[in-house]
Amino acid sequence: MRDVAVISFAQAKNQRRVADLNEVEMLMPVTGQVLDQVGMTIDDIGFTCSGSSDYLAGVGFSFVSTLDGVGPWPPIQESHVEMDGAFALYEAWVKIQLGEIDTALVYCYSKSSPGDLPMVLTRQLDPYTVAPLWPDTVSLAALQARALIDAGRTTEPEMAEVAARSRRSALDNPNAQLAWDRPAGDLLTEDYHVAPLRKHDCAPITDGAAAVVLAAGDAARRRVERPAWIRGIDHRIEPMALGLRDLTVSASTRLAGEKAGVADGPVDVAELHAPFTHQELILREALGLVDHQNVNPSGGALSANPMLAAGLIRIGEVATRISSGEADRGVAHATSGPCLQQNLVCVLEGES
Amino acid sequence: MTAAASTPHSEGAPLAITLPASLQGVELVRSVRTPAQLDYQFTAGAATSRFLRGIAQKKILGERCPVCGKVYVPPRGACPRDGVPTSEQVELPHVGTVTSFCVVNVAFYGSSMELPYTSANILLDGSHLSLMHLIQEIPADQVRIGMRVEAVWVPDDELKPTLESIKWFRPTGEPDDVNVDIPGEDHGTGLGSWVGGVAPIDPRGTH
Ligand SMILES: [Zn+2]
Repeated sequence: MRDVAVISFAQAKNQRRVADLNEVEMLMPVTGQVLDQVGMTIDDIGFTCSGSSDYLAGVGFSFVSTLDGVGPWPPIQESHVEMDGAFALYEAWVKIQLGEIDTALVYCYSKSSPGDLPMVLTRQLDPYTVAPLWPDTVSLAALQARALIDAGRTTEPEMAEVAARSRRSALDNPNAQLAWDRPAGDLLTEDYHVAPLRKHDCAPITDGAAAVVLAAGDAARRRVERPAWIRGIDHRIEPMALGLRDLTVSASTRLAGEKAGVADGPVDVAELHAPFTHQELILREALGLVDHQNVNPSGGALSANPMLAAGLIRIGEVATRISSGEADRGVAHATSGPCLQQNLVCVLEGES
Repeated sequence: MTAAASTPHSEGAPLAITLPASLQGVELVRSVRTPAQLDYQFTAGAATSRFLRGIAQKKILGERCPVCGKVYVPPRGACPRDGVPTSEQVELPHVGTVTSFCVVNVAFYGSSMELPYTSANILLDGSHLSLMHLIQEIPADQVRIGMRVEAVWVPDDELKPTLESIKWFRPTGEPDDVNVDIPGEDHGTGLGSWVGGVAPIDPRGTH
């Protein structure tokens, strides 16, 4: 295995709706910044991989016009996944492992605001028996939360604590969309949104973008003082049919966490991609972080959830804390699909 | 959904699925229709909005890259060579050269065009990106690469912020520009052999 590190990370300020700019205009400052920070241009990049979804844009092949923003002419080596940027990072990491290139640019973006997001996301469900019923994302997450409560593994007050802690942490995150300081007890006096979920249990709808630069070995050491080395990375998927899964556990996260080596050392910081409060609890259990004191210091997806980018942002948030010396070893997680269907776990570490 | 009752799952014994009595002998579902519609609020973006506002005033506004100087129309806000925002607006003439075309003989859903018609890439004078539009006022089989064309606009009181404010392009009658610089050809995209400005087929048949 080659040593590969995250050497730069940038994200747009997360907003409910970016009304005046199209996707490429929203993304360009982010890809510009992520390269500038390490004194690179697209000419220094061996491979570019992006993550976005035409379903969110409502435009076929939308990623092709967005590619203009990185300057792909003369032709560059490039790929795209219709997934979160964390999975694009995985593809780039594999490409670097092959040994032909030493650097990669990973970027991702989405505007969720042009469509009705919970309805748009029904299109990722089984197209024959489930999608025709248009079950929205929040309702499916509510079924999962109900199952977890019925199993005696969480309570509404515990979920409210996750919400309160996340939004309080987000006060220190200048890119957060939702940040406030309210006691969990207050939150419980509010009405249900989709029982047993209240509004505060759900991630906001966000327009945003993020980017990362990966570099191998000396190419990383040459450019930054303290690269955030990827010590393990793995992703796993569960069946599409919701009825085939035990929604109260995340088997795919557990397996990906084992393969990535989460338990092989101390965890100073963890960023978990949990768009709903109860999902953080499921993920903590799957990764052996039940009582961990430093989960989602950025505020997590509950404070800003740009689809297709919130997973890569988790990796970027951990990498930034390692590069700054604030943490030595951290865990980043990204999810995709309904009710935590697919999960990626990445272990990052700094050199002493 | 087709019954898998008789499908062998290996070379050995067939997979045994026993349907409940209520489902035995019922007609198989061979297909399902699940229509879906999603509505979106599309954002043209800053650069394309500037372009569309120009069109409503009967102006064609491209945007120039501050690094390489190329002019893009319609602008999308970025230079694909340099990955930087374009910001300087450039008013372009309504005249250009056909760089590629396609004669459409098959109707498609939503089109009200009379067949056959010609769709073409047109490089406006002073620009470096072809614009796609229709060619009319000439028989489809006479349209050719290098042909000089001009925009035909709707009446002034019908101008709107849409490319449909240009009805189509028509021949100007000028001599063909066989040296037209086809965007992309300088890097060998495999689209043709215009390398060095030599047309793959001389449009006048004298090559
Ligand atoms: Zn340029």
